[in-house]
Amino acid sequence: MTDKAHLDIEYVSQLARLDLSAAEKEKLGSQLAAILEHFDALKAVDVSGVEPTAHAHAVENVWREGDRAGPVYDPEVLSSMAPESRDNQVVVPKVVE
Amino acid sequence: MEYDVVIGLEIHVQLKTRTKMFTAAPYAYGADPNTLIDPVVLGLPGTLPVLNHAAVEACAKLGLLLACEIAEVCKWDRKNYFYPDSPKNYQLTQNEQPLCLGGQVEIELPGTSRNIQGEHRLVKLNRIHLEEDPGKLTHTAFDTTIDFNRAGVPLAEIVTEPDLHSSEEAVAFLNALIHLIHYAGVSDCDMEKGQLRCDANVSLKPAGSKTLGTRTEMKNLNSISNVRAAIEYEIARQTELLDAGESITQETRRWSAENGTSSSLRSKEEAHDYRYFPDPDLMPVRMDRARVAELQAALPERPYDKQRRYQETLDLPFTLTSVLCPDPKLCTFFEEALELHPAPKVIANYIANDLLRELSASAAHGESALSISDCPLTPAHIAELAKLIENGVITKQIAKEVFTTMYQSGNMPAVIVEKEGLQQSDNSDEIEALCREAIAGNAKAVAQFKEGNAKALNALKGPVMKATKGQANPATLDQILRSLIQSEA
Amino acid sequence: MPELYHQTIAQLSAALEAGSLTSVALMQAVIERTEAVEPQVKAFIHRDAEDALQQAHASDERRASGNSLGPLDGIPIGIKDILAVKGQPLRCASKMLDNFVSPYDATVIAQLKAAGAVLWGRLNMDEFAMGSSTENSAYMATANPWDLDRIPGGSSGGSAAAIAAGQAIATIGTDTGGSIRQPAALCGVVGMKPTYGLVSRYGLVAFASSLDQAGPMTRTVEDAALLLQTMLGKDPLDSTSIAMPKVPDFRAELKHRKGPWKLGVPREFFGDGIDPEVKANIEAAIEWYRAQGSEIVDISLPHAHLSVPVYYIVATAEASSNLARFDGVRYGHRSVAVEDALSLFTQSRGEGFGDEVKRRIILGTYVLSSGYYDAYYLRAQKVRTLIRRDFENAFETVDAILSPTSPTPAFKRGERSNDPLAMYLSDIYTIAVNLAGLPALSLPSGFTSNGLPIGLQVIGKAFGEADLFAVAQAYEQAHNFHLVTAEL
Repeated sequence: MTDKAHLDIEYVSQLARLDLSAAEKEKLGSQLAAILEHFDALKAVDVSGVEPTAHAHAVENVWREGDRAGPVYDPEVLSSMAPESRDNQVVVPKVVE
Repeated sequence: MEYDVVIGLEIHVQLKTRTKMFTAAPYAYGADPNTLIDPVVLGLPGTLPVLNHAAVEACAKLGLLLACEIAEVCKWDRKNYFYPDSPKNYQLTQNEQPLCLGGQVEIELPGTSRNIQGEHRLVKLNRIHLEEDPGKLTHTAFDTTIDFNRAGVPLAEIVTEPDLHSSEEAVAFLNALIHLIHYAGVSDCDMEKGQLRCDANVSLKPAGSKTLGTRTEMKNLNSISNVRAAIEYEIARQTELLDAGESITQETRRWSAENGTSSSLRSKEEAHDYRYFPDPDLMPVRMDRARVAELQAALPERPYDKQRRYQETLDLPFTLTSVLCPDPKLCTFFEEALELHPAPKVIANYIANDLLRELSASAAHGESALSISDCPLTPAHIAELAKLIENGVITKQIAKEVFTTMYQSGNMPAVIVEKEGLQQSDNSDEIEALCREAIAGNAKAVAQFKEGNAKALNALKGPVMKATKGQANPATLDQILRSLIQSEA
Repeated sequence: MPELYHQTIAQLSAALEAGSLTSVALMQAVIERTEAVEPQVKAFIHRDAEDALQQAHASDERRASGNSLGPLDGIPIGIKDILAVKGQPLRCASKMLDNFVSPYDATVIAQLKAAGAVLWGRLNMDEFAMGSSTENSAYMATANPWDLDRIPGGSSGGSAAAIAAGQAIATIGTDTGGSIRQPAALCGVVGMKPTYGLVSRYGLVAFASSLDQAGPMTRTVEDAALLLQTMLGKDPLDSTSIAMPKVPDFRAELKHRKGPWKLGVPREFFGDGIDPEVKANIEAAIEWYRAQGSEIVDISLPHAHLSVPVYYIVATAEASSNLARFDGVRYGHRSVAVEDALSLFTQSRGEGFGDEVKRRIILGTYVLSSGYYDAYYLRAQKVRTLIRRDFENAFETVDAILSPTSPTPAFKRGERSNDPLAMYLSDIYTIAVNLAGLPALSLPSGFTSNGLPIGLQVIGKAFGEADLFAVAQAYEQAHNFHLVTAEL
């Protein structure tokens, strides 16, 4: 862990695609700093040789057999929930890579 | 300055399972927009992925054919990035523990001419992992529309080591890979339909240097000719920069087929921070070793192994094997015909030349040639045709006619020969009479033959063949003409 | 007899079965009660009385024709606004999903429908289940029926308050770090979080996938057992759901499992930060068990104090990814002021999410970001293993573990709004259970001097629900705190 955790709120909010006001950024910054300090307790723990837990009760080979087709929605299900749609397709502002 | 070119490829292949990677919604190319969607495909709140076992099997099969090691356990990770075609704004993929490790692909470099077999070598693979395809964006002048039919289709991502050194090698690799995938039967690899997509990493280093140069990544290479052109463009671009003493920026570039140029998409500084972490919704897959052994045992012969066998044990020339071997269906057709009548060269010739010509001729304008599976002929047709020639029932000349008729009608060749009276004539009396007429009618040719011009004999054979409608046995005809001329002398 | 709306599933289903009550009459009583107290309690984000009466009517018809679907048939059950019900709003108390109507049923909902339950309303919660007070709802703050100035706990605050106020016979909540048990404790009802994997998560809008479980909130332990019986089972749509080798009949088992038990008490849970009245109450409960012949064993959970940091790393990391799908593209809130695809994402999300959700998305994004993953997320997952092992060790010697559910009774609205860390620390007794994937239940264990409910937490072995219910019911039947109702 880095000695002093530094949360670059500009970078992280951009990564999270979250528009934050200047006031929000400032408030979040100080709140999160306190929380991250609390997280420092983990630094002291000896975790050498400890496997991480990804699942509370891990089992293996859970899958769907048979490759049989299930039901599909009518395109109207999507166009009725989408904020904007045209000809059964969802419309968004022009995407430029 | 001289440079060594180092190329690595990342190839995404759509696996042709009936249903999607993590839900039972079906997939078919070309369906109406958003007709192949369900709650999981759309990433609706509360939905969860469930692994399609068929995708794991297909990828393992491909991995084995590509000589990969199949992992004991593979796991699922989330690759987090926002894009409008991504319903969850993360992609389920295998980052830490992929299904297939290592592997290699045998490639053939171009020969000195089209008819000459080129040098072969092995290209190392890094891994193959499974992941899900996003939806499809269509850009209009004003906005972008999204069709989620494709979202969730299983993809095998094949990652090579930086083990390719020219655009030719990259193209040779892609061709060899496509043939192998066809053999595995796990994808049709139609690049126009997006079933196979290629990204290329290119870097240059001073000739002989051990240190790799800075690489750029080229996206959006959706045809083999684009792969070739984009790599060549990139090599030229980097060479020019390096020669001018400038450095290469690590970046992602997009190839534009229309302009024949590439442009920067984003530099390393702006590169994605994907925040990979183990997916909590999917469980690890432990590959059953007995099943892996079963898949291994059921693998088809690899195309270049088959080609070597055809050349060495069946004595087929490269010009035929190079047509047959890339296509597993042609090979199966060939081998089935061979079972019925062991005449490899004649049969291979009919398949590689006549049959393929008819298939491409019968395709509608503007469409690609029909595949062997759409063929009106069976291996039995070709085998019987070969047998009729070998047994002297018809001449090769007549056989061409029989072939055309049988392709159109689907009738067996023996039936056609019988019905149309095309049997080869061995009636020496009739042939002799015609030969005498021919000799009498062309003294000039007879004289030339006597002077030692063997080709002059053809001028005498012509009228006889014409009169017999090609049914005269060529050997008999040749023998009679020679003996008549000699006896004249 | 208490009013209909304050009775239990067991009582009401007996009356329905005997023909002395119809589901329509019951539903009408619940609707009337709801209308009377809802202006004060504010438990419901959405309710459709007509639809509920239709469901009740259908139940009565089934029963009349001899086709009753069992003890839940005709019982009004409230649903937390985080479980998908086909044709009903699914908002997760967020502006982000203001207009969203679910086109599909959660598996738990399908199970309840198959059992004939009358699905009654959408209950308020902290936005996307992030919070411990239900103050983080974008729609309204729910009041604690025992003291309207206080919070009902959270995130399933609406689910707990509705039962306490007589607005539902039982409800379904979800629990990621205590979101069923803590509001149950603060509202004086029973709240049960099943073993992770026992109940399908399909259709439960994910907060932290490796921790989330739906569970019953009821007046009594018996009702919780009845309701859980309907909700459990391996679901082909949830790869993390697990088939119990042999599913016990929980209600029947209650008659056979009468103790005494070996009960563990973690010393770490009675230290700093616990309210003295809560501490005294729970210690008295422990003494009661001892007096009844159970053996009380001091146990140690040496890594439990790390639960808060581990939880807030794991849960926020998963949440940052789970909530990425709320982007204004396919459904949900889309900002009107967008110019390009990037601002479509950033502005829709900036406008659609509330403060706490934003805080956790930022935190979760950060702990996964390049350069910090190993230090935070990976390390937290390893410490999580240590916390699990602590419980495994403890359960080698004990049948169940007793502790407070919450260190304090319900606090005043607004009291902790500006101190997220203090709010996070109030989950200290509940979150270790989620990290270990264990079942646990909170039941009423008495009141503070100013009349606020206190909850006793019983933690069980993985898939040891039958014992868990039995231990809890022993205390409940001897004390009957569930018969005391809030005055409204």
